[in-house]
Amino acid sequence: MGIDLPLLWAIIIGFGLMMYVIMDGFDLGIGILFPFVKDREDRDVMVNSVAPVWDGNETWLVLGGAALLAAFPLAYAVILSALYLPLMMMLSGLIWRGVAFEFRFKADEAHKPFWDKAFMWGSYIATFSQGLALGGFINGFEVRDGAYAGGFLDWLSPFSLFTGVALVIGYALLGATWLIMKTEGELQQRMRALGRPITLAVLAATVIVSLWTPFVHADIAARWFSLPNLFFFAPVPVLVVLATWALLRSLNGEGHAAPFLLALFLLFLGYTGFGISLWPNIIPPAVSIWEAAAPPQSMGFTLVGALLIIPFILAYTAWSYYVFRGKVKPGEGYH
Amino acid sequence: MFGLTALELARIQFGFTISFHIIFPAITIGLASYLAVLEGLWLWKKDTVYRDLYHFWSKIFAVNFAMGVVSGLVMAYQFGTNWSYFSSFAGSITGPLLAYEVLTAFFLEAGFLGVMLFGWNRVGPGLHFFSTLMVALGTLISATWILASNSWMQTPQGHEIINGIVVPVDWFKVIFNPSFPYRLAHMTVAAFLATALFVGASGAWHLLRGTDNPRVRTMFSMAMWMVLIVAPLQVVIGDLHGLNTLEHQPAKIAAMEGHWRNEPGAGVPLILFGWPDMAAEETLYKVEIPRLGSLILTHSLDGHYPGLSEFAPEDRPNSTVVFWSFRVMVGLGVLMLLLGGWAVWRRWRGTLYAQGWFLRFATWMGPSGLIAILAGWYTTEIGRQPWVVYGVMRTKDAVSNHSALVLSTTLIVFIVMYAIVFGTGISYMLKLVAKGPHPGEDDASPRDLSRSQRPARPLSAAPDNLDPSPY
Repeated sequence: MGIDLPLLWAIIIGFGLMMYVIMDGFDLGIGILFPFVKDREDRDVMVNSVAPVWDGNETWLVLGGAALLAAFPLAYAVILSALYLPLMMMLSGLIWRGVAFEFRFKADEAHKPFWDKAFMWGSYIATFSQGLALGGFINGFEVRDGAYAGGFLDWLSPFSLFTGVALVIGYALLGATWLIMKTEGELQQRMRALGRPITLAVLAATVIVSLWTPFVHADIAARWFSLPNLFFFAPVPVLVVLATWALLRSLNGEGHAAPFLLALFLLFLGYTGFGISLWPNIIPPAVSIWEAAAPPQSMGFTLVGALLIIPFILAYTAWSYYVFRGKVKPGEGYH
Repeated sequence: MFGLTALELARIQFGFTISFHIIFPAITIGLASYLAVLEGLWLWKKDTVYRDLYHFWSKIFAVNFAMGVVSGLVMAYQFGTNWSYFSSFAGSITGPLLAYEVLTAFFLEAGFLGVMLFGWNRVGPGLHFFSTLMVALGTLISATWILASNSWMQTPQGHEIINGIVVPVDWFKVIFNPSFPYRLAHMTVAAFLATALFVGASGAWHLLRGTDNPRVRTMFSMAMWMVLIVAPLQVVIGDLHGLNTLEHQPAKIAAMEGHWRNEPGAGVPLILFGWPDMAAEETLYKVEIPRLGSLILTHSLDGHYPGLSEFAPEDRPNSTVVFWSFRVMVGLGVLMLLLGGWAVWRRWRGTLYAQGWFLRFATWMGPSGLIAILAGWYTTEIGRQPWVVYGVMRTKDAVSNHSALVLSTTLIVFIVMYAIVFGTGISYMLKLVAKGPHPGEDDASPRDLSRSQRPARPLSAAPDNLDPSPY
């Protein structure tokens, strides 16, 4: 059979994780922006703008886990046990935040502030932990005899702490631009104002990560800076600069959807950068997607379903967003 | 912690997190179908009672669903974080099944849930009903895949072991493994039964407090019909499931029955109560009925089935635990039969909604379905030990290399966090139930300006204005 199953699965999982990052990114960003918005009604509008879709957004994370287990069981086993602590932190953050969606409307007055805090801290912890996991992933894992052979805290490094912070800033940008699209009036103006420093911070974080990664990993440096790769990959950083410039302009202007679309594009570029750096390893620094692949019987069986069903998922997800299109008004929405 | 080994702690952590999790999907499965029925009846009969009940239960459903999602997320990652050797060994089978669950069920539920909960005034009645149906369908598809996966771990087939990992060779055999149809039927019906008991208890509680209106009566009546039909059905399915288990996992049955050895020339008694002692290889203080064990499990008066002593000590599940968890499940099942029968008797006498012990009993039975589900799962999961994949991989070979310290710490964090989060969530669900269904209960409408002026929503589901829907 001429189909390169591991390659197809790497693309599907890469796509699923990207969907997760940009979609749960903006709703985690809502929680990250909570400290900058104190007004109860504004906070309700912020939460209501994502309430109908957050669950679907988070499902992409479950797909990422399940597809990894199906297609690359070795990678699933190694990466998840190596990243035990950050993943447990991420899950606990997502638990607090997920239930707070419901609870902050159900709680009596005395407890509402508690669930607002749970929503905010849950979003921060989940995002920061994802960034830690990302940094740990880039740094790589020690594998021996088909199992993780490193220590409990191997993922912890100045680099992973930085990627944790960087992801918080990135999601904050998605959240702020999402709110520019979904709200109006004072809240929207506030988000436009917040958008500018956040955009600059995202640019700074992107530059630092882009320099730090090849500085620490010689193989990644070789990937980017050798010829002719340099020419092939040069559009990525160039586009980052252009997108940032366009984003700053659109934040000043009148556009409602443009900042969000540009922020998505910016995150997508960052994601592409990681893809270029790590390809073709699924367990950096040494295990490739072909070495960690499940038996073809597993990959093929699941591939049929994935290729048939994912288009339908995208269609009805798009329909759901369409149903809830337009600006969210105070007091509207839920229950 | 308490001298427990890392393996024991990992098992406790998994057992704890999945015990909390299973409660929510069970109610999700039952309520989603109930909501689909209510919305269908509303569209068909145009009786506002059904619409009001739909809105009432959809709010409880929303809280329950959120808890199911977040507690389930933990499960999807725990296979890798805590059971990495199992994942790398058997992920080639459980992974695709889980992936299919996500693709066919989780996205379906999540995609249509938004419209179902928030879209009453944003889409037409037909599309809204369709969304509810898709969510209900999603819950059932989800149960199918995850039970296929669990059942394969209980009665594995359709695979080979090549280079130390499981390789699927026949997916049809993998999915339709011997215990799958029974487990799927048993669990789905259990979810319906548990939900009917919960809904029935809510109705009974309101009736006892004197809140007697057509909405409360309708939900109570519907629930009692459901219990009457489904409880006996569950007994039949349970019996068939037991016979299937005897065929494929005889050690589990022996442990459930506290049955250690066969006496030549005599049938096996049914031990009603006793204390299986694993060290003494004997069930102490037993109260037994002669030959009934043979009758139930072999359908003859002097048939034999293997006793636990016939299995090597390292292959025996803990009889003390599963003997009792099984009896908790069966005992509650008997009470459910009683409730269904009592309800139909009262209905016939025209006193279904009258005050008295019957309504109290129906209220107490509210959590019984969920307790029975937990007891049943403890029976089947502890009863298949020491195997994680039955006869293929032992649980002790599946666990990740985390230290007891790490596992104790995360276990304590989980216990504290779950107690706060899910304790609060369950209390909110009960508060919503206590509010009761109101007429004209409706989602806040975007075009309903009088309500959009409110600065903040008070606790609850129940709207301030009791006017009917503006449409």
